[in-house]
Amino acid sequence: MLTSKTKQKPEILEAVIIRFVGDSGDGMQLTGTQFSDTSAMFGNDIATFPNYPAEIRAPQGSLYGVSGFQVHIGSVEISTPGDTVDLLVAMNPAGLKTNLQAVKPGHTIIVDTDSFTKKNLEKALYESNPLEDGSLENYRVIEVTMTSLTKETLKDVSGLDNKSITRSKNMFALGMVYWMYDRSTDYTINFFKEKFKKKPELIEANTKVLNAGYYFAETLELIPNAYTITPAKMNPGTYRIVMGNTATAWGFLAAAEKSGLELFLGSYPITPATDILHELVKHKHFGVKAFQAEDEIAGISSAIGASFAGDLALTTTSGPGLALKGEALGLAMMIELPLVVVNVQRGGPSTGLPTKTEQSDLLQALYGRNGESPVIVIAASTPANCFDYAYEAAKLTLEHMTPVILLTDGYIANGSAPWKIKTVADMPDIDNHVINEVTDTWHPYDRDDASLARNWAIPGTPGLEHRVGGLEKDRVSGNVSYVPENHEYMTNIRAEKIKRVQNYIPDIETEFIDKGDLLVIGWGGTYGSLHSAVKEMNDTGYDNIGFAHFNYINPLPKNTEEVLKSFKKIIVCELNNGQFAKVLKMNFDGYEFLQFNKIQGLPFGSNELIEKFKQFLK
Amino acid sequence: METTIDKKYTFKDFSSDQEVRWCPGCDDYVILRAMQKALPEIGVNKEDVVFISGIGCSSRFPYYMDTYGMHSIHGRAPAIASGVKLANPNLSVWVITGDGDAMAIGGNHFIHVLRRNLDLNIILFNNEIYGLTKGQFSPTSLVGQKTKSSPYGNTQPPFSPGELAIGAQARFFARIGGNTPKEMTQLFIESEKFKGTSLIEVLQNCPIFNDGCYSGVTDKAVRADKQLYVEHGKPMIFGKERNKGLVLNRLKLEVVTIGENGVTQEDLLVHNANEQDPTLHQMLVRLQNPTVTGIIRAYEDVTLEEREDALTAQVKANSNFSKVDDLLFSGETYKVD
Repeated sequence: MLTSKTKQKPEILEAVIIRFVGDSGDGMQLTGTQFSDTSAMFGNDIATFPNYPAEIRAPQGSLYGVSGFQVHIGSVEISTPGDTVDLLVAMNPAGLKTNLQAVKPGHTIIVDTDSFTKKNLEKALYESNPLEDGSLENYRVIEVTMTSLTKETLKDVSGLDNKSITRSKNMFALGMVYWMYDRSTDYTINFFKEKFKKKPELIEANTKVLNAGYYFAETLELIPNAYTITPAKMNPGTYRIVMGNTATAWGFLAAAEKSGLELFLGSYPITPATDILHELVKHKHFGVKAFQAEDEIAGISSAIGASFAGDLALTTTSGPGLALKGEALGLAMMIELPLVVVNVQRGGPSTGLPTKTEQSDLLQALYGRNGESPVIVIAASTPANCFDYAYEAAKLTLEHMTPVILLTDGYIANGSAPWKIKTVADMPDIDNHVINEVTDTWHPYDRDDASLARNWAIPGTPGLEHRVGGLEKDRVSGNVSYVPENHEYMTNIRAEKIKRVQNYIPDIETEFIDKGDLLVIGWGGTYGSLHSAVKEMNDTGYDNIGFAHFNYINPLPKNTEEVLKSFKKIIVCELNNGQFAKVLKMNFDGYEFLQFNKIQGLPFGSNELIEKFKQFLK
Repeated sequence: METTIDKKYTFKDFSSDQEVRWCPGCDDYVILRAMQKALPEIGVNKEDVVFISGIGCSSRFPYYMDTYGMHSIHGRAPAIASGVKLANPNLSVWVITGDGDAMAIGGNHFIHVLRRNLDLNIILFNNEIYGLTKGQFSPTSLVGQKTKSSPYGNTQPPFSPGELAIGAQARFFARIGGNTPKEMTQLFIESEKFKGTSLIEVLQNCPIFNDGCYSGVTDKAVRADKQLYVEHGKPMIFGKERNKGLVLNRLKLEVVTIGENGVTQEDLLVHNANEQDPTLHQMLVRLQNPTVTGIIRAYEDVTLEEREDALTAQVKANSNFSKVDDLLFSGETYKVD
């Protein structure tokens, strides 16, 4: 670790929010991830928010090519990446222009002045140089000739081309920020050693630049003092940092091991769900069969085939992909096979905003199929609990013999947070309905009395040969049946099967208070924003506001109406135009569901929520 | 591959209790019976056989087989069957499809399943018409063909399934008339023996909406002169008198008569179904007079499941992970006391 002889004792802060912005090729995601991982290792609670364009390498210096990574670290509980930032690191004018509004006046901006060329200023549509025209006088601006300093640092390192030299300037910025917030550079240096195992010159170069940035900040008079954020109080245990998509993949691995089944993934690449595929393809050692199919439909279809053949089957996608999978999902529902569909929601409709977050696939998940075709719908709400809800999706699908849609979203899928690692032994048991014994009275559509799940007769089992299919089935034999009463009976029993899942899922619990003036309702990935907004109000004297966050959407928890009854006003907050509010209206008559909706491809900010809640409390 | 058989079956063991509901006189009955006869000879346990179909007349097929089966959705049977086979490579998996199901709505899955080369068998019932929706032109209907959706004649040129299949890397392609059950049974047996994806195109007459579409090729009276049934290692000979054959003239196949212009049997092409280069196979597929039937191509190649198995074994051998917990606690973790 680097130590500083001249350094004064750092000032202690409770929490800090930092945003790194630059061109999409500037390595901002890496820089942000390194800072957040280092802080997590140090013991801080963290929340991150990567925000990047859909273009892989948008034209350099353009406003729409700006890539950002925001990280919130604290010695207190952190549940969102935060609204406004304490420190903005802007690698170019476009980054400054598009992110300045997030910086609180009086706070700090670090800029690479080398990038503030005439050309880049024009590309960012600046009429004059903001570093010179006084427009930044309300901020503490630290101007650093970062590109030149990086080149100077690396002038003696051989084997580097110009491009690699310039590209390592993000490490100069990271080094500065490490000094400012009293972080060790060890984690990042180890990261270089691992990542560039076969390119020692890159280990040397990146380490040199990182250290140069660190020492530069130390000696720079513009930075009066360093800050530190002491470790957060967290439950004892072993932790790691997880991204939502990784946690989702791991939840399925755990479920496969616990259930004793092999895991099959049929998938087609789509942002922002692809990282689940990337993760699962690595794990052939656990017997995972990950199949990249020719399209979304083949993704789910291969999973249906694998499920028919006895695997724990899964398909992963995002909104447009779910639309394509609709017909096949109806088949899985009709033939009553276990299947999990993960939909990592993104901005819609159509191609929409592929890299941005939204919750607008809820109604599609509930109703986006022909005919009466209910399925179980659940939603994860934090990067870490993607593990739990992936596991739960697998458990529900196997125990109830019906497809489950697991909704996450771009925000929690790409966000990372500390996760207190669970072992497979910590997870609940998973039953299944596999049948091995032939009896004279066996029929493919025999059901479990309590859950109504049908039995699962797997090819290869002698004596249980049978046919399934999308045509309506006789209630017992499973043969094709056009009998009118049978169709109604089967329609109702498929619906009742989903309804009875209520008997197996937990009640909804309210946070803060369970009776009062205003109930804030959310679902899925908005948990962090809503929880921290209500908490902040609670901490500042509002003792009449409660919070209920839904992870189980279909069916809803049994006690939902009890909770609704206990509050005078209800506000449903969603990143869509009110889809969950519609669901609640349909299910619970006689309540007024106020709405707060945001459809900007961005998560809720605490301030806008608090402002809204205060209005409704008046 | 399938485990060794421990039961002796007859075709009755493969007939389900469901009443067959195809139109009277349909070739589908012939195909069904040929399959029920082939399976006992293939020597596979009944519980290891899976039929997956899409949508269309042909796709009702699984209901009539007393095996595991799924009547799925339109065009997707190859993708579903791929999932079945990848999940359990010990199963004998059959895809039942038609010209609409495989060539139109399921065209994408059709080409990709062939490219990947899983050990599956695909039976394509080609009747050049949509039957179940009552008579619209299909992707194999001829230009000019009058159907309910082309009352003035079809304007869309057709696919030749074999041509498309070989273009998509098919390792096994066979073609057979819908009224030749003996040969058909034999082809089903051969296709199951073949390691890799096998495609059999059945020239299937639809007596209701496209009656006689193959009569110029498959009718008993003309069959010998209009069909060349190729067999691996044998000269390409056909005709009632067994005196006609194929030679290669520059870049074209040419029909010659033995005894005319000094042509002898030695001059004829000898069929090599196992040849990797598909050029000649593609020419045979395209030939219209005579229409080539039998196993046109049977080139054995590594299957997808073999590649996957080898890779899995390799990854397992080099992995530090035996339990999921090993993964969860791997890499950068930290303790909070």
